[in-house]
Amino acid sequence: MPKELLNLGCKQLVDQISAGQTSSLSATEAVFTAIKARNGEIGAFLALFEAEALAQAQSVDERVAAGNAVGPLAGVPIAVKDNMCMTVGPTTCGSKILEHFHAPYDATVIEKLRAADAVIIGKTNLDEFAMGSSTENSGLKETVNPWDSTRVPGGSSGGSAAAVAGRLCYAALGSDTGGSIRQPASFCGVVGLKPTYGAVSRFGLVAYGSSLDQIGPMTRCVPDSALMMNVIAGHDPKDSTSVDETLAPTIDFLAGLDDPVEGLTIGIVPDLTAGAQPEVRDAVTAAIDLYQSLGAKVVEVALPHAEYAIATYYVIATAEASSNLARYDGVHYGHRTADPKDYTEVYSKSRAEGFGQEVKRRIMLGTYVLSSGYYDAYYLKALKVRNLIRADFDRAFEQCQCIVMPVAPSTAFKRREKTADPLQMYLADVYTISANLAGIPGLSIPCGRGSGQLPIGLQLLGPSFSEATLLRIARMYEHNTDWRMEPPGL
Amino acid sequence: MTSQLDYTLVVGLEIHVQLSTRSKLFCGCAVEFGASANSRVCPVCLGMPGVLPVMNRQAYEDSVLVASALNCKIAPFTKWDRKSYYYPDLPKNFQTTQYDLPLSYDGFIEIPIENAGPKRVRITRAHLEEDAGKNLHSSGPFSQVDLNRTGTPLLEIVTEPDLNAPAEVKALAMELQRIVRYLGVSEADMQKGHMRFEPNINLLIRKEGREYKTPITEVKNLNSFRALERSVAFETQRQLDAFCETGKTMVSGSKTTRGWDDGRQVTVLQREKEEAHDYRYFPEPDLLPVEMDAAWLKRIQSRLCELPLQKQTRFVHAYRLSPYDAGVLSADRATADFFEKTVGHGAEPKRVCNLLTQVGLKLANERDCGLVELGLTSRAVADLVLMVTRGEVSASGGNTLLEHMVTSGKRPEVLADELQLLQKSDSAELEIIVDKILQEQDKAVAEVRARGKKAKKAQGFLLGQVMQRTGGQANPQVVSELLAKKLS
Repeated sequence: MPKELLNLGCKQLVDQISAGQTSSLSATEAVFTAIKARNGEIGAFLALFEAEALAQAQSVDERVAAGNAVGPLAGVPIAVKDNMCMTVGPTTCGSKILEHFHAPYDATVIEKLRAADAVIIGKTNLDEFAMGSSTENSGLKETVNPWDSTRVPGGSSGGSAAAVAGRLCYAALGSDTGGSIRQPASFCGVVGLKPTYGAVSRFGLVAYGSSLDQIGPMTRCVPDSALMMNVIAGHDPKDSTSVDETLAPTIDFLAGLDDPVEGLTIGIVPDLTAGAQPEVRDAVTAAIDLYQSLGAKVVEVALPHAEYAIATYYVIATAEASSNLARYDGVHYGHRTADPKDYTEVYSKSRAEGFGQEVKRRIMLGTYVLSSGYYDAYYLKALKVRNLIRADFDRAFEQCQCIVMPVAPSTAFKRREKTADPLQMYLADVYTISANLAGIPGLSIPCGRGSGQLPIGLQLLGPSFSEATLLRIARMYEHNTDWRMEPPGL
Repeated sequence: MTSQLDYTLVVGLEIHVQLSTRSKLFCGCAVEFGASANSRVCPVCLGMPGVLPVMNRQAYEDSVLVASALNCKIAPFTKWDRKSYYYPDLPKNFQTTQYDLPLSYDGFIEIPIENAGPKRVRITRAHLEEDAGKNLHSSGPFSQVDLNRTGTPLLEIVTEPDLNAPAEVKALAMELQRIVRYLGVSEADMQKGHMRFEPNINLLIRKEGREYKTPITEVKNLNSFRALERSVAFETQRQLDAFCETGKTMVSGSKTTRGWDDGRQVTVLQREKEEAHDYRYFPEPDLLPVEMDAAWLKRIQSRLCELPLQKQTRFVHAYRLSPYDAGVLSADRATADFFEKTVGHGAEPKRVCNLLTQVGLKLANERDCGLVELGLTSRAVADLVLMVTRGEVSASGGNTLLEHMVTSGKRPEVLADELQLLQKSDSAELEIIVDKILQEQDKAVAEVRARGKKAKKAQGFLLGQVMQRTGGQANPQVVSELLAKKLS
């Protein structure tokens, strides 16, 4: 029974709880039992809120019993990446510098989850300040891939992906600056959606690259992502970059989700896909074939500036990061060095002690590209290339509703395999980064198994605010395949 | 020996004006002076992880209004930038400001120059930015930070180096204070640090047919007109002396920063420009650019009004006031409006001016309020002035009445009656009393008639007698005329 219960999708669970067929309490207890059994090995969580979660579950059950209305995520145990501020527990960003930081406010997405009656069970591990592709940059904990504990879960939302795949929660929130939702979703065999920039409020998301960051759902199936989007998407007056109703009217992402997209045209970029490992290429090709068999038309599109995406990203993201992370200085909150000589040392030593290698590397890169005399050559140039990348997508989407490509060049790699060579790690972001630069939505859905039964992800990219269509296209694939099996050993 | 040099002082001024919006520039916290430390803060202005700014539209509109009054071009498209530097009073360690696309540029301000026409000083730009907090240095091995001021909207105005005397620098500062008060966008209270000045100063020295420019110094953070004027005067002399001593001239791009030591009345070296920061400006990704369309601009500019200097000049011409009186009346927009309204009821401008400046403003000062907050109506003041003009009360009686009108709220004619300040101007009635006095005081009458040395004094004595007899209620002018007629 607990296993069946844990395998339910969010929507099914909500329906059963609302109908009194099961209770939020039993689902929540099942989740904590699973966490106690397996989180020791997986290491998905940085903090767990068992008492609060059980109390919330009970409250939902009581309201259901009393016949009161409950929210769209009523009683569903959900995990949150630990770079979203919450008044419960610390908000660490996987960093020693914020290890003991307690946020005095809730992020907008947290408020929305609460308003939807979700049960927030804990905060998940991540690469420090969301900088990384393997969760190995966490300053606090190591997370492994539930499919193979010798491998990484991907990153930076590795904890959320591992928790969803490992049945340690029903769904999770991740954040994606250059692929941080989609790549770990691909590595762990779950569905991950990076919404259009501005579709989900960033208020309370600890900033890494402000013009690229976006919060999104990580779930075990497409309808669950749609359900999560129903809860978290929408304009927030506290986030000036969140789009208002006139640009992105509120829609029900679940409505019509099961209807196939009529006259679907899919764009492919052959020379890009060619760079992936054969097993990834084959899986993606098979997925395209499946779409064709469902009546979709396939056209070749060009993204001529995609080859500059990584360089562009590492200029813009690090520039913004160098500024965003300046506030962690030991003066107002967070780690402060012991016995500083003067106030300059409060800064230099607190930061030297609190930040990990990768964060320091990106702060230095960002500081460099913004420095007087280099700004035009790096930052300004990068902004121009970013516009070209955007224009590439605009042109491509004149010919198709979505572009299909791999999420990552490979399946989950071995732990420590790439830590010695940061550039190799950066290059693995080749497929995901462009969507952040262009601000468009991207979705990762399991599309096969590579050697060692490791999950492979298929990426769907669409024009801005096409999430509903993307979800429907993903759902067409999901209907006709069954890659959503659970990891071995569970 | 320095005094023999022929030189021109060259000063450009940077002014920070705190806008009196209800909330801060990027969050909802109250802008409030004197609140207990760190009580007007929220996660946003504290720079907590994950927070985002939201622009205060009022602050932007107020800035555009001032810029319009300063004849600036208003940018149709502006953006925000981050200026990075580490300081404990700056929680994010960057300031959100406007770098290369300020909201306005290329304007001018006219400033009054004593014994001359107004002088036009070019405005380079005016832009909006957030203020930092305050570091409180204690005697212990630590400092404290008060972040109440963090995020307060500041309008930064930069002039071209068109100012050539310490008095001109001060005049500009004072004129700007009047303007922002007129527009109702800042209290511009120096005591509360609402206006802060940073003059950039150097000299153009002519010597033996050649011109030399002395190195530029910037005096930081001056918060009174007096300190501003004196620091510029001090720098003038210091730079002259330094030039004579060292002969050093300006090196392009170099600038020294100095502070003003108010106790010693000197400027003190703070840092050479070589140690200057690299602020690493870049566009603020958390805020949208601001686009100003014609309709919005029109709506903002509908709040423009006649500026103080224009008003002052008009008062001199239209009401025949002295430039000084016109200046006093136009210093505050509400006072000026009150004055004009009173005059509009038919009262004589000069008398209204005297009454308001000599009594009204004095009472307002004592009560620490504005003239218009005294509870007077322009109608009542006009009626009072008309009574004086008609001779029903004396000028000094008028002053007394105004004071009582403020304290009692009663109408002037009622008070005049109560206080027995109504003058007897009926010559028939007064003639009887005058005749009586002339009969009684034959010695004085004789002295007047003798037209000798004592005549004038004697005539004054007779007037005094009449006044005394009438309990001070006789109109002295009418009595004097009667006396003159009867004693001629």
